[in-house]
Amino acid sequence: MASPIAWRIATVGTIRDETPTVRSFTLGLPDWPGHRPGQHVDLRLTAEDGYSVERSYSIASEPERRGEIDLTVERIEDGEVSAFLHDVVEPGDRLEVRGPIGGYFVWEAPLGGPLLLVAGGSGVVPLMAILRHRRRTGSHVPTRLLSSSRHAEEIIYRDELDALAAAGDGLEVIHTLTRSQPTGWAGYARRIDDRMLAEVLEPLGVSARVYICGPTALVEVAANAMVRLGLPPDRVRTERFGPTGT
Amino acid sequence: MTERFVTRGFVGRRTQPGAGDVRDRIPPGQYLTTDFPVLSAGPTPRTPLDRWSFTIQGLVREPATWTWDQFMALENQEWVVDISCVTKWTKLDMRWRGVSVDTLLERVELDPTAAFVVAYSDGGYTTNLPLGDVLNGQAFVAWEYDGKPLAPEHGGPARLVVPARYFWKSAKWVRGLRVQAEDEPGFWETLGYHNRGDQWLEERYSGD
Repeated sequence: MASPIAWRIATVGTIRDETPTVRSFTLGLPDWPGHRPGQHVDLRLTAEDGYSVERSYSIASEPERRGEIDLTVERIEDGEVSAFLHDVVEPGDRLEVRGPIGGYFVWEAPLGGPLLLVAGGSGVVPLMAILRHRRRTGSHVPTRLLSSSRHAEEIIYRDELDALAAAGDGLEVIHTLTRSQPTGWAGYARRIDDRMLAEVLEPLGVSARVYICGPTALVEVAANAMVRLGLPPDRVRTERFGPTGT
Repeated sequence: MTERFVTRGFVGRRTQPGAGDVRDRIPPGQYLTTDFPVLSAGPTPRTPLDRWSFTIQGLVREPATWTWDQFMALENQEWVVDISCVTKWTKLDMRWRGVSVDTLLERVELDPTAAFVVAYSDGGYTTNLPLGDVLNGQAFVAWEYDGKPLAPEHGGPARLVVPARYFWKSAKWVRGLRVQAEDEPGFWETLGYHNRGDQWLEERYSGD
């Protein structure tokens, strides 16, 4: 029998606003065993009287960063845990986490590519761990990220994605804005659909490894399209969250 | 930890219904949901019903196979059960229609060494269960949810349902059971999740 994945006490470090409703939290974990890009942690909040709640959150940071991880959390209306993280938690607070968890929705540089990442909203978080890992390991695997957001101000990691894409190491970032677009927007301006996916996949070809994370409807559309475009189903890995995935 | 950890400032919304009988139906670490979240590791397989079949094979004297029409003609019933997913949601009183695994196993003669089953699905998914966890009304193969055909993203045309275990044991797109003498960890069971997955014991991950 394996030993249980231990609950650890993390110390909250930096807290950063990514968008008006999305915030990143650095959690100091001196004895963190390391993780693989794409994995998640369980987070547990406990009240004085013992009432407690747990949720799962994807790890946003790359494993090469030692002794700490980043979680990027969207504040969900009525989200018991996400609202607490956004409204109450301050640097220096301690939080219980355990992990890493999940062994399928992961990509590590030796796995190679080409790589197509498809994100809906905060579904970009585990994909960011993959991109940060790719960068830190000096990988030149041809990679495209297709990221769907509702409005420009809701694009998570926008500046960092721009910087990563500007590095000239084979990464391209493609955005689509589904609800509103700023003046002069040259990118896609609709929900992810078959034609968009075919265009984004085309330079990578059907040997791509595909990672899709987002709400169920987006994941269904994207994963089904990949199979229709000729990718073997086992090259298409998905991670979904519903409205309650807070 | 000898002393319980307390999260500074956390009171909790305690939005879960106050009635004790409902609270008592929510396993530790779970929260109540009213929608039906979808989780799966890859694309949703789609098998036309005229090419669908269900098979019981392995340590049986003669394997049994049903076509879709034959499967629909089996004695079936409505099941109203509570479901808990390892991703933390619990949904109460989920209403299914399906056939008991007992009914399916009546059609085969089990080898005396039979002790485990591996449920296998379109798309290559597998999950393992001790035979004792699927007998005596503990498991069924469902093709209707809430009075409607089971949607593909929820595992349609048919999925195994094992309410007493975390929902990953309820294999979507199930196509058969392989009866074995030895246990054989399935997809999630080899990727860090618990081999048994009893939600009341919070058996989420390997080693829990």
